[in-house]
Amino acid sequence: MMLARRYPVLVEPEELYKRIKDKDPSIFVIDVRREEEYTREHIPSAVSLPLAKVIESMDASALAGLFSSIGLDISSSTKHVIVYDDTFGALAARVAWTLEYLGYERVSLLSVTYNMWKELGFDVEHGKSSSSIITSNSNLSISVNSSILADYEYIKNIVNSKSSKSRLLDVRERLNYLDHHIPNAINIPWKAFSAEDRILKSKDEIARILRNRKISMNDEVVVYCGSVGTLSGLSYYALRLVGHSNVRLYAKSLKEWRSLNLPLEGFKNAHYWDLSAE
Amino acid sequence: MQKNIEETNDASVTEQWGLPEEVRSVEEMVRLYREGKISDEEFRRFRLQHGMYGSRLNKDYTMVRIKVPAGILTPRQLVRIAKLSEDFSIGSAHVTTRQNIQLHWVYLDDAPAVEQGLVEVGLTTREACGNTVRNVTCSPFAGICINEPFDVTPYAKALARFFLRNPMCQNLPRKFKFNFACCDEHSYARIADVGLVPMINDDGNGRLVRGFKVYIGGGLGPASYLAEELEEFTPEDMLLPTAMAVIRLFDRLGDREKMHRNRMRYLVHDMGFEKFRELVLKERSIVNLTKSVLVKLDIKDKDKAQLQDDSYDHIEFKPLNPPDGFDRWYSSNVVKQKQRGYVTVLIPLQAGDVTARQLRALADICKEFSLERYVITTPWQGFAIRFVKEYRLVELYNALKEVGLANYGALGITAVVGCTSTTSCNLAITNAHRLAKEIRSRLIELGLDMDQAFKDTTIKLSGCPNSCGQHMIATIGFFGAAIRINNTLTPAYNMLLGGKVGKDNALGTVVARVPAKRIINVILRLIDVYKQERKDGESFASWIDRVLKGEGNVNVKDIHALKTIIDEAARLPEPDKEPEAYMDYGSDNRFIVKTAKGECAA
Repeated sequence: MMLARRYPVLVEPEELYKRIKDKDPSIFVIDVRREEEYTREHIPSAVSLPLAKVIESMDASALAGLFSSIGLDISSSTKHVIVYDDTFGALAARVAWTLEYLGYERVSLLSVTYNMWKELGFDVEHGKSSSSIITSNSNLSISVNSSILADYEYIKNIVNSKSSKSRLLDVRERLNYLDHHIPNAINIPWKAFSAEDRILKSKDEIARILRNRKISMNDEVVVYCGSVGTLSGLSYYALRLVGHSNVRLYAKSLKEWRSLNLPLEGFKNAHYWDLSAE
Repeated sequence: MQKNIEETNDASVTEQWGLPEEVRSVEEMVRLYREGKISDEEFRRFRLQHGMYGSRLNKDYTMVRIKVPAGILTPRQLVRIAKLSEDFSIGSAHVTTRQNIQLHWVYLDDAPAVEQGLVEVGLTTREACGNTVRNVTCSPFAGICINEPFDVTPYAKALARFFLRNPMCQNLPRKFKFNFACCDEHSYARIADVGLVPMINDDGNGRLVRGFKVYIGGGLGPASYLAEELEEFTPEDMLLPTAMAVIRLFDRLGDREKMHRNRMRYLVHDMGFEKFRELVLKERSIVNLTKSVLVKLDIKDKDKAQLQDDSYDHIEFKPLNPPDGFDRWYSSNVVKQKQRGYVTVLIPLQAGDVTARQLRALADICKEFSLERYVITTPWQGFAIRFVKEYRLVELYNALKEVGLANYGALGITAVVGCTSTTSCNLAITNAHRLAKEIRSRLIELGLDMDQAFKDTTIKLSGCPNSCGQHMIATIGFFGAAIRINNTLTPAYNMLLGGKVGKDNALGTVVARVPAKRIINVILRLIDVYKQERKDGESFASWIDRVLKGEGNVNVKDIHALKTIIDEAARLPEPDKEPEAYMDYGSDNRFIVKTAKGECAA
């Protein structure tokens, strides 16, 4: 079981902006959008680390090396990392989760997307990463936090164990879930956690949704989505926001589960797909 | 998009239909039910009263029906429905023939969160299902119709307000439906329990008074009846006493036992209309003698009749270099209003389905282009945006097109209606929903939206004999059935011809049974035959009527002759030759019938 977070899940744009303006040396802002989007414009002082690079491997030293390459030394840094994207916060969440997985707990998400940052009228800057100091640290000491990760073996145990106290949470859209899902998984579409203008709803709103769905604070919750753990990454932080300390991300999600031909279940007695206007 | 209209909180637009305490009671009741502290039956009654209808063969899910009196939805409400559909439903919402909006496949335990979201923007699900006064529907042309004597919208809203949560109609023998028409031509009044068509009469002293033609005892279903006229003229101050009298009678005399015969139309039919009329008139005088002075309708809307746009010179609207598809769209989707310079734009949907993204876009478009700044749901499962300045139509068309809402054929043969059927309903036998979409696509492909001969033709489908798809009032109607063909159970439809609403209101006649996979074929065959048989300028619907009367040409004289043609077009080969012809739309498996007990037939 993890301890309560010392760093907030969300940092407000006003606060980030103030710290950037004050040239606060203790913050480290990461932009996880694609590189060309970053180059076009980004939040002042942010460095670029596109999500695609982060999900290439789950190897801890490779990942630590990746963060070093943008100037963040996992083993010694004391900086407060703030991550943002322009994709509902989901890509940022997956990167923030990776930092936590590497044992780096000083991480928060910007509470709004990049687009909203601009809409709110905060400054942006242009050009390539300026602060990419390459610190190559040869004796990295990383203590991986495996208590926030679930792999397929872990899920298989939950599925096969009748007495498991773990809750499997599928955050894909409802029709996908009805069609097929990991046996015993429940479904809360990830959008239920996100607000119209913020990447996550308020604590109270999220707590109420979880309470209605009988997910208690003592339950271990394992979240998954359809592909690489981005939308489930955001949902991971929705649970952390309301104080759930026992949450795991199935980072390889249903994409891996399906590729391994592991069991799925679904509801077949209705033509619900034909109700969609998509 | 340019935003030239300020957003305001116009109280006359946003009615507060919802109540915060009802969110808490929904939360409490769902919890008690899940904890096994109340019975299935007790919970069922509660949830129907609060707009939650069971989902097809799955007790964990519910359909949430949002009651939309007179079909009016503000931009803020549209955005909220969009969000709720993404958070707790399937990312699309469904517009019904009775102007409600439904969210499907909502997890039962999320229903309180949905209620909360609705109440915050003034919406409610209260009495959207169950044995109550259902959504008070109103012609989407009310207030703009060239024929109408006055705008009935304020009356519809006032009646909805009066009966919502009213103790006198919390436990009726069966559901009860009001419908307001704008005029005889556009009237759906005769298929409601109480239908109202506005008229203005001389009160005998040379003073003109508003009032209604009141129709009583109509309704569609396994046995359908058209409502009958109560009296020559019912002045507006008699509207409420008349409505109350009818409901009181139904409550007292209606059948609470026989599940399938307890709509008021059976009571009226069994007793005979003349007798029922007498009782209504007698009951109305009792209501008038005993009602409290506080009981009256609160008519509070402004009259929009005088609105007109004088900002341009009303030369015939003819845009220079209109964008691709504009003319075709204009010809089938734009309706002139009685207010000079303003038009109404109809937005057809595929069997009533609309995505969250489209709902959000619709909200923006409505704010930008509609003077009244709300949209109206239509009985054809679409939307109407009214009070649009005609000279801005190209701009509006482009905005709609961007989100896939500038579809052709909002009225006529291409505006195909289909209930939700096997996509979500326990009663459904066939997938009428998908079939409605397939028919529409095919007819649009053939350009029938542009053909004047099919302007007064309608096609409507239901997945079972209950008439949510209103198949009884369609020129070509279908309702789902299972039949055995070549020793194989096959999804099929009973086909009806000649139904219509409006002045010459008539119910369709069942003429044939057609396998689901031959429906499109049969429709196209009928169109071919019509093209050979029609007289000069005769519309498809008129030709159908002529054949039904036995007055067809030599080749296709009467319905028997037509039936032979239909049966021919409906024929299936042996199952091994074309196995998919024996499967339903949306399915790759052998057809089987699975239904569960119904809860309300809407």
